[in-house]
Amino acid sequence: MPSDSALRIVWIYPDLLSTYGDQGNVLVLEHRAQRRGIETETIHVRSADPVPESGDIYLIGGGEDRPQILAAERLRRDGGLHRAIAHGAAMLAVCAGYQIMGSTFGGEEGQPVDGIGLLDIASTRGPARAVGELVAEVDANLGLPTLTGFENHMGVTSLGPGVKPLSQTIKGVGNGDGFEGCYAGHVVGTYLHGPALARNPALADLLLTWRAGELAPLDDTRYEQLRQERLDTVLAQ
Amino acid sequence: MTQLPLRAQLASALGRSAATLSRMTGRGDGSVIGGRVGLMLEPDLLRQLARDRKLALVSATNGKTTTTRLITSALLRLGQVATNAFGANMPAGHVSALSQQKGAPYGVLEVDEKYLPEVLDTTGASVVCLMNLSRDQMDRAAEIWLLAQKWRKALSGKPTHVIANCDDPLVTWGASTAAKVTWVAGGQRWKEDSWSCPECGGPLERKGVDWACRECTFHRPEPEWILDDDAVIDPRGERWLLDIQLPGLANRSNAAMALAVAEAFGLPVDQALPSLREVTSVAGRYTTVERDGRQARLLLAKNPAGWLEAFDVSDPDLPIILSVNAKGPDGRDTSWLWDVDYRILRGRPVFITGERRLDLALRLEVADVPFATCTSFTEALAMQPPGRVDVIANYTAFQQIRSEFGRAV
Repeated sequence: MPSDSALRIVWIYPDLLSTYGDQGNVLVLEHRAQRRGIETETIHVRSADPVPESGDIYLIGGGEDRPQILAAERLRRDGGLHRAIAHGAAMLAVCAGYQIMGSTFGGEEGQPVDGIGLLDIASTRGPARAVGELVAEVDANLGLPTLTGFENHMGVTSLGPGVKPLSQTIKGVGNGDGFEGCYAGHVVGTYLHGPALARNPALADLLLTWRAGELAPLDDTRYEQLRQERLDTVLAQ
Repeated sequence: MTQLPLRAQLASALGRSAATLSRMTGRGDGSVIGGRVGLMLEPDLLRQLARDRKLALVSATNGKTTTTRLITSALLRLGQVATNAFGANMPAGHVSALSQQKGAPYGVLEVDEKYLPEVLDTTGASVVCLMNLSRDQMDRAAEIWLLAQKWRKALSGKPTHVIANCDDPLVTWGASTAAKVTWVAGGQRWKEDSWSCPECGGPLERKGVDWACRECTFHRPEPEWILDDDAVIDPRGERWLLDIQLPGLANRSNAAMALAVAEAFGLPVDQALPSLREVTSVAGRYTTVERDGRQARLLLAKNPAGWLEAFDVSDPDLPIILSVNAKGPDGRDTSWLWDVDYRILRGRPVFITGERRLDLALRLEVADVPFATCTSFTEALAMQPPGRVDVIANYTAFQQIRSEFGRAV
């Protein structure tokens, strides 16, 4: 039984938004916390259930058009995520989940669908699918190394004054304007789908730091080997 | 059979020559190039080759090649059967298969999920067998709900007899616009893609094998055929011990589907089942290759659902070699590794290789599964003690291993 002090990781709607490897972000956060002796409790919130307000780190993943629309409706009606973020919880929103956080996004026919307004962004459906490896330099204020991952989406996202770009793209499409993702407060959005935190352990640690304070260093050899191989391969193309 | 028009005869013959040349020059089995040449000369060739035959199309995310083989093996009791045994499952492969068996009154064609509507329209196949749908190579494949929706449109208004697995909600939805459906309770191990209702998006509730949407009327149809562990119960309630040689629950499910298809062709279970039992390996899958006293059994797993099936077949007492690539046919995105629960391998000696072994290495580290990294399959095999070892590889990694052993079948 986890104690009250356990770090609570909340995975929102894996039944709707978990197409491809999104579970990886949950596993990496758990693993990196546990290896530092931080106890974790992970809550999988299905779309029929209320979103708990007392979580520390919220994760929401990618998905197809229709589940994305359903997830936005349910999150808006539920309100739990809004309250959690207002209390200072951290969040990583990925791909379809990232778009939902804005004021609007493109539905299956490109029609505008209302988002949940947690981030000052607006998305539309772009002309072509962005599929492939992405490399980007992260905003210097966050102090993170190069972002690496895989994107697979049709969204074009414009950022309002209430958010900052997460990174500037070197390879790949991202938001569609030379930037990839965004952040505001403790909320991070990205098009890097699947296990973005496995490819970017420093981003995982940033989320953990926001809720658990300073972290002990880890042996990141395997992470670094994978990052180096990917960056070398992708930048050489 | 009616004679093909002259242009189609020529296209078919030239296609076969191209296939032969391709084989002779060691480029492959020739079924794709042969079909392409034929289609270039006569775009209507597939329709013409399909005419006057009784065809079954087989589609799913996993088990297409094996089920196609099982059905073919059964239908051979009725007469000649044209089939794309090598897994070339798009129209060029179908043209090639039908060209090579011009006189065969029956055809069993494995069909890529995306191509099913087109191939059904073109061939007018009378039987379609649909087994499962799950996430697979999403950097190039369509989203599976969209696939199922296209199946619905394609089946609607046609006289096609569909044999479908009613334990997979998405397959059930995809099949249910057909005029005639025989439902088979074929089981579903991977459930991560069917928590929400394909009809309305509401939550699907499961009680035992039964499932139903909490918010609309969509529910599991009553099956006529039931896979019951190692046996099949037919529509008359008779229980048949399968006793097939292909290992694992997924293959028993494939066999149940094959028996239902065979019956749709008029072949009763007592005649079909013995033929299913003769199949031992399919295009290298489940085959055992030997080198220096080490016997390696080859299992193919292309996506998370496939890995679950491979784990089910694998012998927990043996060491295991895992090989992962990310070339075009594998999907260039390795995110799916995080959908596979590798913890089941804890306690076994695990060896990893393949072009994306670093992705796999991190995945296993996070799952707390100890392993050794090898630069090649040869090295991984040499590290084994003499005796048996299981190998799970994804598509191109599997083909590389097969090639090393002379395209082992």
